[in-house]
Amino acid sequence: MNWISNYVRPRINSLFSRREMPENLWSKCDSCGTMLFHRELRDNLEVCTGCAHHMPIAPRRRFEALFDGGIFTEVKVPAPVSDPLHFRDQKKYPERLRAAQKETGEAEAMLVAEGEIGRTPVVAAAQDFRFMGGSMGMYVGNAIIAGAERAVALKRPFILFAAAGGARMQEGILSLMQMPRTTVAVEMLREAGLPYIVVLTHPTTGGVTASYAMLGDVQIAEPGALICFAGPRVIEQTIREKLPEGFQRAEYLLDHGMLDRVTDRRSLRDELITILRMLLRLPPAVKGDLPPPEPEPAAAAEAPSDAKA
Amino acid sequence: MITYLEFEKPLSEIEGKAAELRALAKSGEGVDLSKEAEALDRKAAEMLRELYKSLSPWQKCQVARHPNRPHCKDYIEALFTEFTPLAGDRNFADDQAVMGGLARFDDRPVIVIGHEKGHDTQTRIARNFGMARPEGYRKAIRLMDLAERFGLPVITLVDTPGAYPGKGAEERGQAEAIARSTQKCLQIGVPLVSAIIGEGGSGGAVALATADRVAMLEHSVYSVISPEGCASILWKDAEKMREAAEALRLTAQDLAKLGVIDRIVPEPLGGAQRDPAASIAAVGKALGEMLAELDGKTGAQLMKARRRRLLDLGAKGLAA
Ligand SMILES: [Zn+2]
Repeated sequence: MNWISNYVRPRINSLFSRREMPENLWSKCDSCGTMLFHRELRDNLEVCTGCAHHMPIAPRRRFEALFDGGIFTEVKVPAPVSDPLHFRDQKKYPERLRAAQKETGEAEAMLVAEGEIGRTPVVAAAQDFRFMGGSMGMYVGNAIIAGAERAVALKRPFILFAAAGGARMQEGILSLMQMPRTTVAVEMLREAGLPYIVVLTHPTTGGVTASYAMLGDVQIAEPGALICFAGPRVIEQTIREKLPEGFQRAEYLLDHGMLDRVTDRRSLRDELITILRMLLRLPPAVKGDLPPPEPEPAAAAEAPSDAKA
Repeated sequence: MITYLEFEKPLSEIEGKAAELRALAKSGEGVDLSKEAEALDRKAAEMLRELYKSLSPWQKCQVARHPNRPHCKDYIEALFTEFTPLAGDRNFADDQAVMGGLARFDDRPVIVIGHEKGHDTQTRIARNFGMARPEGYRKAIRLMDLAERFGLPVITLVDTPGAYPGKGAEERGQAEAIARSTQKCLQIGVPLVSAIIGEGGSGGAVALATADRVAMLEHSVYSVISPEGCASILWKDAEKMREAAEALRLTAQDLAKLGVIDRIVPEPLGGAQRDPAASIAAVGKALGEMLAELDGKTGAQLMKARRRRLLDLGAKGLAA
C-alpha cells in the first residue's frame, strides 16, 4: 500500500461520483468500484489493484509489457479487399471501420509482432476487443496467417491472445470462412513442430472460440474471462433457465477440463517464458525484467514499434 | 400434403381450389369440371415459376428450412447402398443430430456424415432439429479418422440451423469440438466432398463443410449467422431479417461468386420439397462428379489443395 491507496483514493472516492470523474486521470473498477489512478492501472497491466479484476488491455500496451524491454517489430499483415460484400445495415461498414480506427488508433482488430520474451524469440498476435468487438473478418484471418507464416519462417513459437465477440457479420460468409482459414495457419505451425500457445482473454466467443482460439498446444485463460461458443443470453433464451454462477468463465472452463491453466495477467509473461522454453528444450530463463537485447546489426534498422505509432 | 410457405399463400389458394374441383368431379355430381381444374393447374404452374424465378434471400431461407425438404437421411437412403450407421463419440453419448457411417456410393465404399433434422415431432426432438452437440462433431471426427486410416473418401451432407446453444453442450466443449472437426477436415488425406442441402448454419456447418469441393442446392443458404440473429444485433430488431438476409449474401448464387462453393445444384421447380426424388438425384450426380474430379490425387496433393483454396479465398470480394 502506498500513499495513493491509503490517502488519496478514499478522498477521490468521496469527491467524485461515477459521472463527474475526470476521465483522463482516474477510472473506476467495473468490479469492485475502487477508484484507480490511470498511471497506476497502466503499470499494473490494467488489472485492478484492489480486487485483481482484469480489464481490457490494448494489444500495443500488452506487447510493450510482454516483449523484452518493450521492444517488438510489427509483422506486416496483407490488407484484404475492403468491404467485400458492400455490407450496409443501419450504417455502412466502411463507416464503422473508420470509427473503430479513429477510436483505437489501430488499422484493424489484430496486432502481430515479433520479438523476444525472456530472450526467447517468438511471434505474437493480439486481438483488439475495442476494435469492433475484436471481430474476426478477412483482416484478422490474414493477420493470423501472416503471424503463423512468419513464425514458421523464423522457426519461432506463436503466441496468440484472443479477444472477440465472434465473427464479423459485415463480412458475411467470408468472416465464417476465417474459421477454416485460420485453422490452416494452426496446421502450418503444427507441421513445422512449433509451439502454438493460446491465451484466452475476456471475452472470447463464437466462431473465434470455435476455431484457432481452441486449438493451442497449451490453452491459458486470464481470470474471469468469458469463453464460450454460444453466449449466455442465447443459451438462457434457448433453454429458458438461469445459468449457474460463473458459467462459461475461465475458472468454470478449467473445472470442466477445457483449459490447461488460468493465469493472472501479471504473471503471464513469466509463465509463457517458462512453458515455451521447456517446449523448445531450452535452459531456464533468468527471471525478472530483462534488459533489452543488444541491438543486432540486422535488427538495428528496425525501429521499435511505439516509435512508429 | 405440402406445407405452404408464407410467400406461397396465393399459390395455395389456387392449388386448393383445383383439388376441390377434382374431389367434386370424383363424387360424380353435375358437370365435368376437369377443364376448369386443368386451367387452375396451369395458372398454379405459372405462378410457381414466377415465384421461384427470383426468390429473395429471405425467401430462400424459408425454402431451405422447409419441413418437407428432403433431409440427410433421405439422401443417404436413396443415394447410398449398404449404409451401416456408426454411432457414438466414445466419450459421452451418441448425438443423433449428426448421422454417419460406412456406405457405398456408386459401389465405392465411403464414409458419409451429415446433419439430420428429423421429419416429425418425435424424430425432430430425437435429432434436436439438426443442432449438434459436441458429441456430434466428435463422432464426425472419429468417422473422418476411420476414413483416413482405410483410404475411404468422405461425403458430408450439411443441413443445420447451427450448433446447439445449450448448457451441457458448452460445458462439454462445443467450441473445441467444432474447431477440432474443422481441423480434422484439413488433416485427412482422402477426398472430401460436401453438399449443402438446406441450411448451412455457421460454425456448426463449417465443421463438416471444410472440403475439397462444395456443392450447394439452388435454394439452400450458408451463413455466418441467421438473418434473425444478425437483424437483432445490427438492426436491434429481429423483424429486419429480410434486410439482414439481403446484406449477408448467404445464397448459393452469391457464394459461388465469392468462390466459397464450387457448384450450384439446380432444384426442381418450386424447390426440393416439391420433388424430393429429383433433388436427391441432382445432388447425387454432383457428388459423383466432384469425387471424379479428385480421382488419382494423392493424399498430400488433396490436403495441400484444400488448404490453398482456403488461403486464397475471398481475395477479391464480390467484385470478382
Ligand atoms: Zn477492482
